[in-house]
Amino acid sequence: MLKLLSVRLVAMLVGLVFAVAALWALVIGLIALATEEPAGHLPYEKPMDLAWSFDGPFGNWDKAQLQRGLKVYDEVCSACHSLKFVAFRDLEQIGYSEAMVKAYAAAKQVPGIDPNTGEATTRPGLPTDYFPSPYPNNVAAAVANNNAIPPDLSLMTKARGDGTNYVASLLMGYQEPSAELLEEHPEAAPGPGLYHNPYFPNLNLAMAPPLTTAGQVTYDDGTEATVEQMSKDVAAFLTWTAEPTMVKRKQTGWPVLIFLLFATVLAYMSKKQIWSAVKPKK
Amino acid sequence: MSFPWARQYEPKNGLTKFLDERLPLPRLVYNAIGAGYPVPRNLSYFWNFGVLAGFFLVVQIVTGVVLAMHYAANAQVAFATTEHIMRDVNWGWLMRYAHANGASFFFIVVYLHIFRGLFYSSYKAPREMIWLLGVVIFLLMMATAFMGYVLPWGQMSFWGAKVITGLFGAIPLVGEPIQVWLLGGFAPDNAALNRFFSLHFLLPFVIAGVVILHIWALHIPGSSNPTGVEVKSESDTVPFHPYYTAKDGFGLGIALLAYFAMVFFLPNALGHPDNYIEANPLSTPAHIVPEWYFWPFYAILRAFTVDFFFVPAKLMGVIAMFASILLWFFLPWLDKSPVRSGHYRPLFRKFFWFGLIPAMIVLFICGGAPAEEPYVILSQIATAYYFLHFLVILPIISSVEKPEPLPYSITEAVLGSDKKVVKGENTSPAV
Repeated sequence: MLKLLSVRLVAMLVGLVFAVAALWALVIGLIALATEEPAGHLPYEKPMDLAWSFDGPFGNWDKAQLQRGLKVYDEVCSACHSLKFVAFRDLEQIGYSEAMVKAYAAAKQVPGIDPNTGEATTRPGLPTDYFPSPYPNNVAAAVANNNAIPPDLSLMTKARGDGTNYVASLLMGYQEPSAELLEEHPEAAPGPGLYHNPYFPNLNLAMAPPLTTAGQVTYDDGTEATVEQMSKDVAAFLTWTAEPTMVKRKQTGWPVLIFLLFATVLAYMSKKQIWSAVKPKK
Repeated sequence: MSFPWARQYEPKNGLTKFLDERLPLPRLVYNAIGAGYPVPRNLSYFWNFGVLAGFFLVVQIVTGVVLAMHYAANAQVAFATTEHIMRDVNWGWLMRYAHANGASFFFIVVYLHIFRGLFYSSYKAPREMIWLLGVVIFLLMMATAFMGYVLPWGQMSFWGAKVITGLFGAIPLVGEPIQVWLLGGFAPDNAALNRFFSLHFLLPFVIAGVVILHIWALHIPGSSNPTGVEVKSESDTVPFHPYYTAKDGFGLGIALLAYFAMVFFLPNALGHPDNYIEANPLSTPAHIVPEWYFWPFYAILRAFTVDFFFVPAKLMGVIAMFASILLWFFLPWLDKSPVRSGHYRPLFRKFFWFGLIPAMIVLFICGGAPAEEPYVILSQIATAYYFLHFLVILPIISSVEKPEPLPYSITEAVLGSDKKVVKGENTSPAV
């Protein structure tokens, strides 16, 4: 009995020590809060809520849009950004034939080895090759871009919160900082080599506006290439590159859930049936 | 073990007779989860989560073994092999999402299981050993989950590993050598990744072993129940099979519906986007946060923002975080109320629903939020309450509280009367 009492006595003392330490930190924090100016956040915007063909549980790829997005990546983004987890063969999934993929890959130069000398060289791509990086290495990428290495885009829409909307909003969002913003946050003025964009958490990023004029890319399907259209198309394309299995995933989910719903109803009915033998009669 | 009225296993044909005399495996199953295991007849759906936790352990082992066939634990290629699994391995995306969300569901059902145990004081005699083994399982789960999260080698993997191993660096004098020893270097790299993979593969089997002990210990006194009154006679129990196999089957259906809804339609909702960026030691994420199931403990860690006498703030936070779980080991000896169930403990019930549960929710939210106001202040209040609840309030309640009258037996609680009720005896706390 005495021993048990002492266990609880020790516990109470230990509990009081932790509680006092936490509340002590609270008091110090409150004093600091009352006397110091809190560090404010730069006010950046949440991504626009745009509509996508692959939204929701029944979403599907709009292959024409993905193909347009590929063209935007090809002609604009790929100058600086790699797409290293995507292979040319994957493009068959967005509606290209085997022959078209072969031709597309052959038009790209990928790193290779000269069979006669063993020297590093380039060769035309094969469907099994991956999209080549625009730079031989990160140092070259940093040197060419004012020390800001352009990130790989394969997973970009999964690597940002609300990624598809974020990428589209960012590409459409370049603008001059408003006078009110600069008045309130003078530090938000873009420094040299930086560009203002309200969707970027720092408000200023090193990427120059990539999509600036309508018709910058000529779409094969005749769609008018406005900045908004190009931004959305490339965001959709990058959603596919980030998760090519997304639509298959959703389509697999439905039969699984329907089967489980059926099985669960049966399980409930048999549970009720079995328990009826011992349930009190009302 | 078990009750005298438990049905006895009878081998029916030649094969089972042969087996029963040589390796009585069917008998073991019959006595463990079959008709030979009498279980209180009044268990609510809160008693489903033990079986569900076992189920998700199996899901994690099966999906994990498949993933390990395609993954390479090397800092150069770990991130790329994870993407290889997502893109090129047949159904690899399903395996990985099932594994990542399986971890979350494992923790969801285990938290419900633990809090069921806390409300019904399932840790009290004669079930202390079940509870102690359960806390061991929970600690092993935390270690396993932490190391598993490092394996994809994304930004949160790397920085999470750095922060968590950094906790050991807070130990005075020997902290830094220990941290270097744990990581196999000065920062997380190949050595750390390889050993984490090795341990992440090993520990689930250790968990499975402790689970067997946990279930073994459970089968000595049998399950607790919502009244907290011990089983007295055969009318208090039903055989596990078919009654609880049927009830657990239904519970499993509901759990699988929720689980696969997440796997197929919101597979990344519980993860962090930063982990789709490859680990980069030169770029620190804006907010380093662990997986959601660690948030309450992460909040306790960060609540200690100032030095406490001679103890540095960081060390205080580390001690508090470990203490917040280790104190669970002492619960059977801290709560001495003779009544188990919270349903018959008016004071305990109030502190549980209006003290502990809100404190846990606040800690959960603060642990996932950036370290700024009002989250820091809220987490400090909740942390203070957390320790007071278990170490001060619970022992005091158990000696000052006047419990409500208990039913005489489980049968009486279910049917309204028990033929064996002796007049005048049914108000005494029969435990």
